[in-house]
Amino acid sequence: MIKFTNVFKAFPKGGLALKDVSFHIAKGEFVFLTGHSGAGKSTVLKLVYADEPVTSGEVRVSGFNVAELRPRDVPMLRRRLGIVFQDFRLLEDRTAEENVAFALEVTGARRSSIAARVMRVLTQVGLAAKAQAYPRELSGGEQQRVAIARALVNEPTVLLADEPTGNLDERATRGVFQLLRDINASGTAVVMATHDLDLVRQAPYRVIELQEGALVYDSAVDEPREAASP
Amino acid sequence: MNLTVRESLIAFRRAPLLSALSVTTIAFSLFVVGLFGLVAVNLQNALRGVAERVEIVAYLLPGTPIESITLAEKDIEAFPEVQSAAYVSEDSALARARAELVEFRDVLQELERNPLPASIEVKLKPKFRDVDHVNEVADRLRGFGFVDDVRFGRDWVEKLDRLRGIAAAVGIVVGAAFAVVAIIIIGTTIRMAVLQRSREIAIMRLVGATNGFIRRPFLLQGAIKGMLGGLVAIGLSYGAYTLINRWLIQASFFSKEQAVAIVGFGTLIGLFGSAASVGRHLRRV
Repeated sequence: MIKFTNVFKAFPKGGLALKDVSFHIAKGEFVFLTGHSGAGKSTVLKLVYADEPVTSGEVRVSGFNVAELRPRDVPMLRRRLGIVFQDFRLLEDRTAEENVAFALEVTGARRSSIAARVMRVLTQVGLAAKAQAYPRELSGGEQQRVAIARALVNEPTVLLADEPTGNLDERATRGVFQLLRDINASGTAVVMATHDLDLVRQAPYRVIELQEGALVYDSAVDEPREAASP
Repeated sequence: MNLTVRESLIAFRRAPLLSALSVTTIAFSLFVVGLFGLVAVNLQNALRGVAERVEIVAYLLPGTPIESITLAEKDIEAFPEVQSAAYVSEDSALARARAELVEFRDVLQELERNPLPASIEVKLKPKFRDVDHVNEVADRLRGFGFVDDVRFGRDWVEKLDRLRGIAAAVGIVVGAAFAVVAIIIIGTTIRMAVLQRSREIAIMRLVGATNGFIRRPFLLQGAIKGMLGGLVAIGLSYGAYTLINRWLIQASFFSKEQAVAIVGFGTLIGLFGSAASVGRHLRRV
């Protein structure tokens, strides 16, 4: 599903953001991507959704060879992915419903089908009642749920979440995390970058840890964490 | 409503001042083109009136038998350049002179003999009314044995020709210059719109919008501004035309086709200006 093979990524001003990173994430998996800020978590995700070019190595994402992807094929790759950020990235002048519908409209979905699909995902994230609210009228947790609904509405095979709980209080964090677990339980792979170790410890999911651009720990191949960490 | 249409209309709501400014500048540019166009249209009409009067007169030797003249008249009318050839007898030449030259009526009245020669007046078809063709036909007329002399307004024809050329050249130069200005203005407003909406564009990209899809509303927006500018320019030109008509000279306005062409030209300018700008700036967002 997502396969990195000896991936290097250079910073534009010199230095390496990723050093020889290899891993394979299977269909339907839930994976934590951990590490300090600047360790390369976001860079890994950006390579997955082709926001940055791969310097060397191979990146494969659900059948796409990302390193050799033509620019005009990038949108096709992204339609298979759902992406969620720490800062939500909602359009302020549109309601929750419109924000979600937007993701369908830009892909040229049939208009007749849009309303029903939007309501379905808003219900899934528990926000059906606030479909008409604008982002500023919603709490942080609710805004992130709208963003998740938007990521889900195209029925992606993978949901990429870059610090999705970074801006949320504890209660909202728990809610959003549970939502991501539910989504994963229904078959969608989830890759969640986070430095919230409490969250990581709560669930029995695979952990990939980065340190200064290098993959230092992968619970799928290395020994249990307690033995690996000093 | 279609997303592309909705997106392009949003720009007008979000930046009404900027939109109004770009429509106004396009309108002004096209208005200047329109004013020139009006001059051109009226000049063209005037030229056509003048051109209609371009004729070649072949004066005939006295005593030429009427049969030869009738035959020659038919021959001349068969020239591909010739629209009509008319015989004017000595008597009718005199009658015409009396009617036209009122001041000399007395002199003409008292003539013992008619001093005016008979002639054949030749009128050319519109597309042959230029120096080269006039010369050619004149030469051929001289070939008839009974033709004494051939006259035509050579200088006049040449000047007319040159004026027409200058009018066309100035039209193209001024039109092109203002089109370039309008394109730059539209390009700038699109640039601002792209930068203003960079966040939105980034989100569109994230959810898998193609570049064509992102570009479309900007193109439509440019086209709409160009079209509105064209319409305003037509309105302004009409105002100017009304004033000129009332205070200066009898003029004519654009035909319906010409008006449509100006609005179409504005639309094209808007479309081209935004197309040139949007691709360049989308790459940077």
